[in-house]
Amino acid sequence: MKQIIVLGRGGQGAVTSSQILAVAAFKDGMHSQAFPNFGVERMGAPVKSYCRIDTKPITVREQVYEADYAIILDPTLAKSFDEKVNDLIIVNTNKKPEELGLNTKAKIKCVDITNIALKVIGKPFVNIAALGAFSAITKQVSLKGLEEAIKQQMGSKGTMVEKNLAAIIEVHAISKK
Amino acid sequence: MAEIKVISGADAIAQAVKLCKPKVLPMYPITPSTLVPERLSEFVNNGELNAEIIYVESEHSAISALFGIYATGLRSFTATASQGLALMHEILPIISASRFPAVMAVANRALSGPLNIWNDHSDAMSERDQGWIQLYCETAQEAFDTTIMAFKIAETEKVSLPVMICIDGFSLSHVYEPVQIEDAQKVDAFLPEYKPSVMLDPKKPVTIGAIAFPNTYFEFKEAEEIAMSEAEKVIEQVHKEFAKKFGREYGNGLIELIEMKDAEYALITVGGTTGTAREVVAELTKKKKKAGIIRIKSMRPFPKEQLKNAVKKIKILGVIDRHASIGFGGALSNDVKSALNGQKVIVEEFVAGLGGRDISKAKLHDAFEAIIRGKKGYWLK
Repeated sequence: MKQIIVLGRGGQGAVTSSQILAVAAFKDGMHSQAFPNFGVERMGAPVKSYCRIDTKPITVREQVYEADYAIILDPTLAKSFDEKVNDLIIVNTNKKPEELGLNTKAKIKCVDITNIALKVIGKPFVNIAALGAFSAITKQVSLKGLEEAIKQQMGSKGTMVEKNLAAIIEVHAISKK
Repeated sequence: MAEIKVISGADAIAQAVKLCKPKVLPMYPITPSTLVPERLSEFVNNGELNAEIIYVESEHSAISALFGIYATGLRSFTATASQGLALMHEILPIISASRFPAVMAVANRALSGPLNIWNDHSDAMSERDQGWIQLYCETAQEAFDTTIMAFKIAETEKVSLPVMICIDGFSLSHVYEPVQIEDAQKVDAFLPEYKPSVMLDPKKPVTIGAIAFPNTYFEFKEAEEIAMSEAEKVIEQVHKEFAKKFGREYGNGLIELIEMKDAEYALITVGGTTGTAREVVAELTKKKKKAGIIRIKSMRPFPKEQLKNAVKKIKILGVIDRHASIGFGGALSNDVKSALNGQKVIVEEFVAGLGGRDISKAKLHDAFEAIIRGKKGYWLK
């Protein structure tokens, strides 16, 4: 089983991000589960959401205490979570990993997702685009699965679907480097 | 066609309600049940569900409207949580004594105070004496399935009692997981159209809600008690029929025994905690520990005899209670002790998960460790 934390600020869409990840993994033929760790539901407050992906049905319902991967949508939150991350931390930033000062044994991958989002979507919407980096580096979900998930979950949001898909593809491409 | 979708527990309930075709829906959203009325409003708006929604001004009005809708002979539904359920308290026994087969979802949330929006069972457990059947769910799929069964159980004439479907707030209501959404025709074949046994009709006037003097009130309550014990059989029958038609089952619909065949030590769980406990038991079994789980799905009616049979070989039983009856344990452990009165099994109570405190695998391991070592139960903080 793989456990993923998505960390963002209220309004950034961390919860939606983990939900789309769960739907995408399911579209790829895996079992999945996504759930938020709700705190104060205010604009700008830190929001954490979890996702589990497994080859077999998932019965466990405890919070995630030790994750395989973390996706950090706002770099100012990079130090503000307690869960141990074992494998990889993806940070949306234009800085270099060593500049973040993280105390972790996990690999750190910095991708300037905001920059791509501003260019492709025209707004700093990074929650969906960030999944492109996750897909490219971890191979836990396919781009096709993500595309189907976004269409299913955001179908009513018109041009935002196409824009997010374009952003995901661009983030995916630069994250492989 | 039936399809599997990754949706939340609250969405699963809304999807099932849509297939059960209620005619009127009184709604007053409250966290964490809000997604249920939200989704139902979408279904009505986009024409997937042909029902009228009444947006009321409080939960007291929502439950009063639910009473009124059933009095006019129509299938209805509402959803609430926590303080919302507490505000409904006054009307709950009026619906059950009127023998209206209403169905309500509760996304279990701690009662204030202090103010808290997260999961425990103190809202629904505090209403267990009001003549409502209470069915607790472990998964989003089970929430979907239980909703469909709930209408059928409630509307079975010898039951004619309301049903509360309980799902853990956030830790099930907001969890996205795969749910098989059944085909409308298949649900229609399982759940016949609602035919009220009594309703307000100007052509055939009746009085509903009249005063019962001391010479009749007692008999009304006795009739509810008889109906509730009938419900025990009906829940089993409806569950069996559901399992045959849809291919999914949850113990016998009242109680589920997990790894209990060789168990000497067992925990009793309710709702989503069971899923985490399944993993703990699998780990203990690998270490040759004789551990099992008894999951109570139906809190009312309480499966007394089946619980008695399940614990025949159990030395010590731990009860994980997500509710505290301040001053005397928790509702579940008190009921378990009462049902097992005269049995040789020792019952230890573990109050856990209050106000959304996570019931982790580690805490359930601790509870097992305590009962295996013969230690007393405690507040599993």
